[in-house]
Parts: sequence; structure tokens; C-alpha cells
Amino acid sequence: MVKRNLILVTLLIGLVVLALVSNRGAEFGGADGAASDAIGELDPSYAAWFEPLWEPPSGEIESLLFAVQAAVGTGFVCFYLGYAMGKNKGKV
Amino acid sequence: MDLILGMHIMEGFLPLDWVIIWYLLCLPFLFLGIKRLTAIIEEDPKAMLLIGFAGAFTFALSALKLPSVTGSCSHPTGIALGAIILGPSLMVVIGLIVLLFQALLLAHGGLTTLGANVFSMSVVGAFVAYGIYRSLMKLKLPRAAAVFTAACLGNLATYMVTALQLALAHPAQTGGFYLSWVKFTGIFAITQVPIAVIEGILTVLVLDLVFKYSRSELESLQGKLNRRGAW
Repeated sequence: MVKRNLILVTLLIGLVVLALVSNRGAEFGGADGAASDAIGELDPSYAAWFEPLWEPPSGEIESLLFAVQAAVGTGFVCFYLGYAMGKNKGKV
Repeated sequence: MDLILGMHIMEGFLPLDWVIIWYLLCLPFLFLGIKRLTAIIEEDPKAMLLIGFAGAFTFALSALKLPSVTGSCSHPTGIALGAIILGPSLMVVIGLIVLLFQALLLAHGGLTTLGANVFSMSVVGAFVAYGIYRSLMKLKLPRAAAVFTAACLGNLATYMVTALQLALAHPAQTGGFYLSWVKFTGIFAITQVPIAVIEGILTVLVLDLVFKYSRSELESLQGKLNRRGAW
């Protein structure tokens, strides 16, 4: 099990590194940015008719909010796993 | 317009008729999900923790924007994990909450496109993952293989549907629906392949622990819920 998990984690990191190394100079923008460009090309008469009510004022604030999202999520996931492990202590 | 990082359909990018259609298509699944949620709480109030866990996993994974071999970024959804342990309809409710948070605070996705995004991520993603998991378990495959395939294909299915939704709403002026579909599939689905593999790996790693340490809770909950329908 430990060996299998090590292989899986290595594969996971490998996929991310491969993406970065194989595309030096790429912008790594979001796929939705590429999609809005494509809409402009395929359907040039279309104009977005609704704007987000609120946008993070800067890239920094946006990454703050994403970090909070990831931290809250991971925090609860790990809390649950620790709780379940503790409850099973001696049984597994 | 600014490039906003993300991969759900952007605010304002679906015409009104499609906005309404996708909202309407989500409604029956949302209804099932709320029924499922109340059933779980009635049968076993302690299972709230497990629901929180499934929601938190989705919340964390949707924030992980990962680079892909196509040179753009996309993210896993984390929907498959909850669909496997708590049933797919519940994930429609959880997906709605996560997408609403991202639409309101991160300008990621949007309110007009919420119906379409809930449909692709939570309805299609969860039901595809659940169906694949159950079928592969029936074929007596090892659990890890079933979980990996379910999470991977559930994630891919979500983005195939996103591409389809965009192509239906934006057929090319010359070349029509088909040309648009090829184009959007190229943007979303191919970027998504390595991300889907990553989602499969993360789901296997985390579910292993759940099955190891919460097996008795899961089994007793599933026993109680099966009397009310599998999903």
C-alpha cells in the first residue's frame, strides 16, 4: 500500500512538472479565458450580457481567496480523517 | 475582458435561453439531492461530519488550478469522492454551494451560468462517477481501480459537457455546431486529461483512508439509506 501510494504521488507530481517543462513560454492562463477568445472568433456578434457582481480587486486578493478556499477545505478533510483515525485507535 | 483564471463557463457567456434551460435541467436533480440530504440527516445525524468531509474535499480540490500539457490551467472537481460514499444526488447540493461561492467571491463561473455549471460538474460528474464505480465494483475489480476510473472519467465527463454546452450556445457562423464543438472540446477536454488523472490519484489516496477508518460508519449509513433508494 505504501509503495503503491508512493508511485501514485510521484506520478501526480510528474504530471504537473511535465506540463510546466514541456510548455516553456506558455501563458498557463485559464481554459475559460481561451474559451472566451474562441467565442469571439466563432460567434463574433455575441457580447457577454452579464458581468460578475464582484471581482477580486487584484490578483493577490484573488489568490488569497483561493488559498483560503483550499485551506478551509483541506483543514476540514484532515480534521475528519484524524477524528476517524482516533476513533478507530486500537481497532485497525 | 480580463482573463479570469478558471474553467467553468464564464459569467454572461451563455444567452438567456440556455441560461434558463440549464437551470431547469438542474432542478429535478437538486430536488433529489435535498431529499437525499434530509434522508441522511434523519437516518444518522452523525453522518453530517461525513457530508462536511465530502463537501470540504470538493471545496479544496476546486481551488487547485493545475497546469496542463496544453499550456493552460484547469482544476479537479472532487465530486467523485462524495458521489461514491454518499450517492450522486447529494453532490448536486454540494456542487451548487461550491460553485455559488466561487461565482460570488472569485468571479469564477457566474450566476447566469450557474445552472449550466452545476449540471456539468455536479449532475453529470457525480452520476457518471457513481455509475462507473458501481459497475466496476460489480465486475469485481479492485476498489482502487474502480475509484480511480470513476473519478478520472467523472472529471472528464464534466468538461466534455462544458464544451458541448458552449458549442450549443455558440455555433460557429460558418461551420455551425460541429466546428464549435471541436474547438471547445480542444480547449477544455484535452487540457483536462492530465488533470483528470490527478483527480483520480487524489481520490484513491483519500478514499483509501476513509474506507480504512470509517468503514463501519459508511456501511451502517449505506445500509440505512439503501432502504430509501441507492441515490
